[in-house]
Amino acid sequence: MDTDRKRIIIIGASSGIAEHCARLWAKDARVDFCLVGRDGGKLDRIAADLRVRSPATTVQILPGETRDFIDPLAITSLVDTIAHDGPMDVVLIAHGSLPDQATCQVDLATADEALQINGVSPALFADGFARHMHAAGRGTLALVGSVAGDRGRKSNYVYGAAKGLVARYAQGLQHRLAGSGVAVVLVKPGPTATAMTAHLAQQGAKLASVEAVAEAIVAGIAKRKPVVYAPGRWALIMMVIRHLPAFVFNRMNI
Amino acid sequence: MVAVTSWGRLEDVEHDVRPLFDISRIASQIQASSPGIAYGMGRSYGDCCLNPGGVLWSTRGLDRFISMDEDSGRLVCEAGTLLRDIQRLAFPRGWMLAVTPGTQMATVGGAIANDVHGKNHHAFGTFGDHVRRIRLQRTDGTCIECGPDLDPGWFSATVGGLGLTGIIASAEIQLRRVSGPWLLAETIAFSSLDEFFELAGQSQSDWEHTVAWIDCLAPRGGRGLFVRGNPEASNTRSEPVRRRLRMPIVPPVSLVNKLSLRPFNLAYYTLGKWRAGRQVVHYEPFFYPLDSVDDWNRMYGPRGFYQYQCVLPPGDGRDGIAAMLDQISRSGEGSFLAVLKTFGDRVAPGMLSFPQPGVTLALDFPNRGTRTLDLFLRLDAIVRETGGRLYPAKDARMPRDVFEAGYPRLGEFSHYRDPGISSAMSRRLMGH
Repeated sequence: MDTDRKRIIIIGASSGIAEHCARLWAKDARVDFCLVGRDGGKLDRIAADLRVRSPATTVQILPGETRDFIDPLAITSLVDTIAHDGPMDVVLIAHGSLPDQATCQVDLATADEALQINGVSPALFADGFARHMHAAGRGTLALVGSVAGDRGRKSNYVYGAAKGLVARYAQGLQHRLAGSGVAVVLVKPGPTATAMTAHLAQQGAKLASVEAVAEAIVAGIAKRKPVVYAPGRWALIMMVIRHLPAFVFNRMNI
Repeated sequence: MVAVTSWGRLEDVEHDVRPLFDISRIASQIQASSPGIAYGMGRSYGDCCLNPGGVLWSTRGLDRFISMDEDSGRLVCEAGTLLRDIQRLAFPRGWMLAVTPGTQMATVGGAIANDVHGKNHHAFGTFGDHVRRIRLQRTDGTCIECGPDLDPGWFSATVGGLGLTGIIASAEIQLRRVSGPWLLAETIAFSSLDEFFELAGQSQSDWEHTVAWIDCLAPRGGRGLFVRGNPEASNTRSEPVRRRLRMPIVPPVSLVNKLSLRPFNLAYYTLGKWRAGRQVVHYEPFFYPLDSVDDWNRMYGPRGFYQYQCVLPPGDGRDGIAAMLDQISRSGEGSFLAVLKTFGDRVAPGMLSFPQPGVTLALDFPNRGTRTLDLFLRLDAIVRETGGRLYPAKDARMPRDVFEAGYPRLGEFSHYRDPGISSAMSRRLMGH
């Protein structure tokens, strides 16, 4: 086996942040990617792009339906298949979708779906991979949470709660896998300019560039940091937000 | 709505920005939101990439490579790909863009739509000369593949077509072979326009890249620094460390002003003269000196700046340039980034391509309102008289008659316009 090569698994590989992380990984090493996502056509285009950027890269694509991301049995079988193909250096769990908060409040099915895809699904994937990585005693398991998971806010607490679940799950995995050789990294991007936030950009929201966010994430994963805010300034902003007393926080329109 | 500006920062205007992320969904996205205009990196100076109050289709998310054949140097990529990313991909594999403008922070789509040129125009022509295929998405849902040998009418309308024939979705580009990232550059100080033309003439056949900076405030005009360069095969150096500087704020007044300009230009000329001679340089500082300072355009202050770039035909070029420099020094307006270059005798591929045989002069002016605009009218008169033309990519103000006189193929071009695409410039210069 070629020992210089890295095997990197990305769940939700068509997400803008994941795609830019993959580009950075492909630039720095010879990588065997396994890309899992819900948009097969887009995964093909991303794979072609990665192969041009780094001809030494191989890309395997596993397109799935939404059901494959929700059903615990489907998740187990997908994770087992991937793990069966060989040891994993990095697993990045990056899928998600930003729901409309107002819709969630009047349509519980929308809220349910958002909680499932942004919270439960990544947690189950993480647990599935953790089992295999624990057995192998190596690798880095990274979960994409969000600054939105740090404190519930009226403007998007459904998404925030799901991401908060991811954060707590990551914390538990960190505790469980401490000393095992497996690092668990919780990534918390601030609002980032990707397809998922395009409608926010239209309203004039200030968004970080996806390139800068991906750089912070890839660097944090390389250092196996337990928590990575991307860009880094969000660590400070969220520390303030988390500690604001309720009588101040509740008056804020955020 | 989001405030968007172009490189000249003349005004911040609200736009409905629709980011395009997925090449397979462009058709439905633009159909649903037209009329609009594509916006890449906003590196054009004036209003060709703006549509105040209307829709801008941001193409930055369309930045995937599609294929590269390392044997033939054919690269296919989406239109939002940065020239920088192509260069950084291609150089280590022995290829580079055959033609590159003075910034690499532009998109492929923008480079095609403005049919940009570089310091090697006399040897390699324009960017469009190296484009083999364009995939053009029209707002009526149709998709057109064109190239110099496939539907050449569409190709010729789209190259230099200011984004008005459809959304450029992807393109195939022919790269050129290069031995490494190094160039042998020579700087020569000159003290008159005649000397400039002599140097340009001498360098035409032996030097691939030629360009000159001129000090437009110097008494009697025409002193400057002539720079020429050739690819250098030596491969012994290590890549320079990239330092990123940034203009952190917009100063309350333009830093380029009457007080600063004369000493600035004098210092730049004297330093350049002192350091004249040959040296081996990396391609990035050679091609893209201004890219080393992010947001350098902020230095012109809150009112922004105009760029005035014209080309004058060979016969009247020398006298025309002299007359323009004379007008500028008499007006009291000044330009720091004054660039002079001779174009080769080539017919550019686009109906509205800017380069034509002759000499081109590019000048930056801080926006001082009517004083600046009045000077431009006097410069326009010289352009009109000599049969020259102005560069739409740089323009925010040219009178319609100057545009029409400079671009005789405008009538032919209009048949290829996409009725669902409109920009501030197209309304200003073409009426719709």
